[in-house]
Amino acid sequence: MDFILNGKQQQVGICDANLTLLDYLRGDAAMKGTKEGCASGDCGACTVLLAAPGQPPRAINACITPLGSAANKQVWTVEALTGDGALHPVQQALVDCNGSQCGFCTPGFVMALTALYANSQRCGLQQLDRDSVTDAISGNLCRCTGYRPIVEAGTKMLQIAPAAPTLVQKPASLQPLSTNSMQPQLSDGEHSFFQPATEAELQQLLALYPQAALVAGATDLGLELTQRHRQFAQLISVGAIPSMARFEWQDDQLLIGAALPYTDLESRTHELSIPLKRLLHRLGSRQIRNQGTIGGNIANGSPIADMPPVLLAWDADIEIVDSSGKRTWHPLSSVYLGYRLTLVQAGQYIARIRISRAALERPHRFYKVSKRFEDDISAVLGAFSLELAGGRLGAVRLAFGGVAATPVRATATEALLTGSTLSDALIASACDTLKNELKPISDVRASSAYRSEMAANTLRRALLELGSGLELEVHHYPAGNEAALYV
Amino acid sequence: MRKLIDSTAPAPALFRSVGHSVKHESAARHVAGTAIYIDDMPLTARHLHVAIGITSIAAGRIKLLDVSAVRTMPGVVDVIVQADIPGKIDIAPVFDGDPLLAGSTVLFHGQALFAVAATSFAAAQRAVAQVKVEYEPLPGQQSVALAAETQDFVVPPHIISRGDVAAAFTSAPHTISGHIEIHGQEHFYLEGQISEAMPAEEGGVVVLSSSQHPAELQKLIAEVLDVPMHKVVVEVRRMGGGFGGKETQAAMPACIAALFARRTDRPVRCRLPRKTDMLVTGKRHPFSSDYSAAFDAEGRILGAELVLAADCGCSADLSMGIVDRAVQHADNAYYMPNVAIRGLPCRTNKVSNTAFRGFGAPQGMLTTEAMMDDIARAVGRDPLDVRLLNLYGPGRATTPYGQEIEHHVLPDLLAQLAASADYRKRRAAIATSNADSPVMRKGLALTPVKFGISFTTTHLNQAGAQVAIYTDGSIHLNHGGTEMGQGLFIKVAQVVASAFGVDVSQVLVSATRTDKVPNTSPTAASAGSDLNGMAALDACNKIKAGLIDFACSTYDCAAADVHFTEGQVRAGSLTFAFADFIKQAYLGRVPLFSSGFYRTPKIWYDRKRGEGRPFFYFANGAACAEVTVSALTGEYRIDRVDILHDVGTSLNPDIDIGQIEGGFVQGMGWLTTEEMSWNADGVITSNGPANYKIPTSADVPAAFNVALFQRPNGENSIHRSKAVGEPPLMLANSVWCALRDACSSFAGYRMNPVLKAPATPEQVYWAVQQAKAFAASGKLQ
Repeated sequence: MDFILNGKQQQVGICDANLTLLDYLRGDAAMKGTKEGCASGDCGACTVLLAAPGQPPRAINACITPLGSAANKQVWTVEALTGDGALHPVQQALVDCNGSQCGFCTPGFVMALTALYANSQRCGLQQLDRDSVTDAISGNLCRCTGYRPIVEAGTKMLQIAPAAPTLVQKPASLQPLSTNSMQPQLSDGEHSFFQPATEAELQQLLALYPQAALVAGATDLGLELTQRHRQFAQLISVGAIPSMARFEWQDDQLLIGAALPYTDLESRTHELSIPLKRLLHRLGSRQIRNQGTIGGNIANGSPIADMPPVLLAWDADIEIVDSSGKRTWHPLSSVYLGYRLTLVQAGQYIARIRISRAALERPHRFYKVSKRFEDDISAVLGAFSLELAGGRLGAVRLAFGGVAATPVRATATEALLTGSTLSDALIASACDTLKNELKPISDVRASSAYRSEMAANTLRRALLELGSGLELEVHHYPAGNEAALYV
Repeated sequence: MRKLIDSTAPAPALFRSVGHSVKHESAARHVAGTAIYIDDMPLTARHLHVAIGITSIAAGRIKLLDVSAVRTMPGVVDVIVQADIPGKIDIAPVFDGDPLLAGSTVLFHGQALFAVAATSFAAAQRAVAQVKVEYEPLPGQQSVALAAETQDFVVPPHIISRGDVAAAFTSAPHTISGHIEIHGQEHFYLEGQISEAMPAEEGGVVVLSSSQHPAELQKLIAEVLDVPMHKVVVEVRRMGGGFGGKETQAAMPACIAALFARRTDRPVRCRLPRKTDMLVTGKRHPFSSDYSAAFDAEGRILGAELVLAADCGCSADLSMGIVDRAVQHADNAYYMPNVAIRGLPCRTNKVSNTAFRGFGAPQGMLTTEAMMDDIARAVGRDPLDVRLLNLYGPGRATTPYGQEIEHHVLPDLLAQLAASADYRKRRAAIATSNADSPVMRKGLALTPVKFGISFTTTHLNQAGAQVAIYTDGSIHLNHGGTEMGQGLFIKVAQVVASAFGVDVSQVLVSATRTDKVPNTSPTAASAGSDLNGMAALDACNKIKAGLIDFACSTYDCAAADVHFTEGQVRAGSLTFAFADFIKQAYLGRVPLFSSGFYRTPKIWYDRKRGEGRPFFYFANGAACAEVTVSALTGEYRIDRVDILHDVGTSLNPDIDIGQIEGGFVQGMGWLTTEEMSWNADGVITSNGPANYKIPTSADVPAAFNVALFQRPNGENSIHRSKAVGEPPLMLANSVWCALRDACSSFAGYRMNPVLKAPATPEQVYWAVQQAKAFAASGKLQ
């Protein structure tokens, strides 16, 4: 495969398709500035920039990104910034503000902030506020500084004039590369990485390799490579297929491509849905949202994924396509068969998600409860679609993550609420019913008792807010549209 | 040498030395990605990579360990089990109990059982999975309470007592008692444990390690290999974070790498992947603490009794010192006339817990801060007033272990912080706003920290340094302290720069090596700059003595007329550029290098009697935290934190503020989101950053005001500065107390909710529920 690394065209010859971008950088490329802190996409020490042709650079976790995902794209590492020894403004700001102590996480912070710097310049921003900076570094852990000086550096970096032009500001133009999509981008003969350009090619590949693993953002699949040391025979990327990354309205239906990264979705939620915008702000980190997709969130079948309860509350449908090209729409509620088990069979893929305008326009609330505000997995996620007219509840949809083996709707409680008059007594009774209806388990994230209470109290909160018009929010959410910087 | 360098570098505009906010010596390399960590060192085709095989039960016997399938995996070059260790099997730091590899007995889940060396990291990791092990599981001890009850201890308990506690409780008008569960903490240094070993001549080995204690690694590797210590060299340039987690825990990967290097005669790199690191290395000790206090109507303590039961895990490691320090810090800043404090070092079948910033003091101190709040609520006073009332002061200045507090810093420091943080006004505003708020409640707390500085193991309070001046005037410094990000290297370089009156850029600190300064103590106990700074100063002073003699005899002046300042040496009426003077001294055959040594004065401790002066001095600080809690979910945010901290006369204010902010946030993580979890089988379930959550930047309050308290150290420390590594961590007690204050508001501050640490949203929720139940029924549930 070919890609551009720090402005130079790079060719990779015979290579195990299961190699991560990080291992390539630190191994063959001998660029040791990018660090491995966790190899699971949680700490950001491996943050590098990735840009598809014509797209702005985005910060990603190199540790869980298969090398093949960089095919025909541009990658920048920390080594790109210090041409001729002069520090990039991001680096200078970090030095000026004492933003490093042990220094191990620092190159990751530098690159996360460089993405923000480059995109701020592209958007003509003169000033960066604290929220934009914490958003940019939401996937970076530092154990030494307490972050205060790093955030300060982020808010000051635009004021520092660049000492020398940097590669990030002057991206090299991508040479035309071999584009036979049916050939693997990367292979050692036994393990191959394919990057089809169309759904038709994807279907052909799936017909040949029905057991292949599909790769979208690889934010979950990457863990199979780094934590379980799995070696897939075929990895097929859906990341270069334009029809799977669209966000479009058809009549009164919103169609979202299954391979659309969250950041692209998030940038549109400012107008679409503030509850969704807030939820996405807490889904993974900026690095994860730059890679992760709704399709992946559904396809991995996780009971603690954040998007499925939302989609259940919105009565969303998903489009499953098989290797013959046959397309069928299914209500998401029918897709989950059991723990990490979905309707999607080997050789099939999820192409799109469909939500009706009517569903989006109904009042809704999404609440995530987790130990940490940013980049944490939900203990409980409550997603509620509620209609209130004249003090009486109309159709009610209550969906939860983290309370069962799959994302679920609470149908008994829905039945109790539908058509009832909103009152304190009704809220109490609905919460009791819900606690009887859901039987969550205890694990590392929460006890079953707390999960049960949180399912009830997120519902309580939604009903209280609906009735009073007040917001019972303890967290600080950015008011701006930080994601728009990256699009 | 025959010919010296002619040119002299131009003098800098500013001579930066002690007291200046000089940047971290590696700051520019950190941001450029050119600071080298061990895993960044070049690899050769000869290099081997190690993976560690671990036990999958918590207690029992190993009936069969079959590594034959591991040996035949692709790329595998060597496999070792306990029987392959040529020398000593135990690598424990103080008391035996930590075998390098398990033998017939399993002490905890995650114990190292065997190790594989292969041609790639991935090949080694894949090979490990091929082992066959048969166990005979035995019931293990997973409960600290049971261990305490059956007196199952790793070392004898430590007891400090004074006065007549029973009588105080009988006669006091009020008493309270309570219990607090305090979880452990994973270090989560961003760079995991790593060592690289290279075979050397005569059966020796050179080991690069990410370690806070290279001298101990040298000794342990020598024992494991069964060679004299002089055949082992250990080098540490920098760590990607330590926090105590690389004080003893670096030994296992270092010894295994050294063993493979000797066996295979190849360079060997042993790096623990994050999950392995989180399973096999020790953590901060969980504590289960009981407290009771007797006090008067104002809340003045008349008697106190504390039992601090520490979960030491399967062996002693450093637990004796840690439990001792917990006991010695359970008074925190408060005078307790009649007091009994018992520290119980309990044994469990868990990974052996170890040093972590604060070294037991945080757990002892948090127990007492919980008690102070309980006392305040019992007498209906503002907790700050009860804290102020009980502070050490003149006439009330003897600690439970008999050390006099000679310098009373905290009364002034607390008053200054209460004023700058506007504590009184905010307390009143919160009382009003909470009364009208059924769901959202605010909490506020202002808590002090008094932390004793010195290793409580007296002999460790020694340090050595080497200083060399070259003929161009550049200075090479080497000392026994290690750089883990805390800025030790730059601070000691500043000390040397001050001594010679040159800019700090003229001083280069090189990697810590056991063949440069021998028999060093760990870089720990916050004592790095105190000890190594003094040792370096001693070396400088020895060199200067020779230089001054030379100046007096050569330039005919008095010793008092020789000055080293602003890059120049003045000898009577003559002035030389430093480098020119050094050239003259060289030509005059004056030694331009020296070693230096320091031992901390005044300190001693009798553990049996629980008496002595274990600490040279105390570092002090205080923090005021305000939080908002949601009663619906227990979720919270930290609205504002104000800190005033005592570093004496700062060697480097920016570096010190970095330690204070970083220590506070690390403590905040320990008390809020970082929840260590074990399942009933003794398996760590919080085994990665996906389920163990250290703070992110969004968790740090936007209003975060940190200032240095301006007062020189009352003791003769290095330039009257104070140690700063550990004390700020305990400033985060204010956050936990503020959260509990908010919870208690739901009961009108009339009851003391049980709030486990860390106070995750779940724990805060349960505490709110207790308070609400009390408010509804008027009694404890």
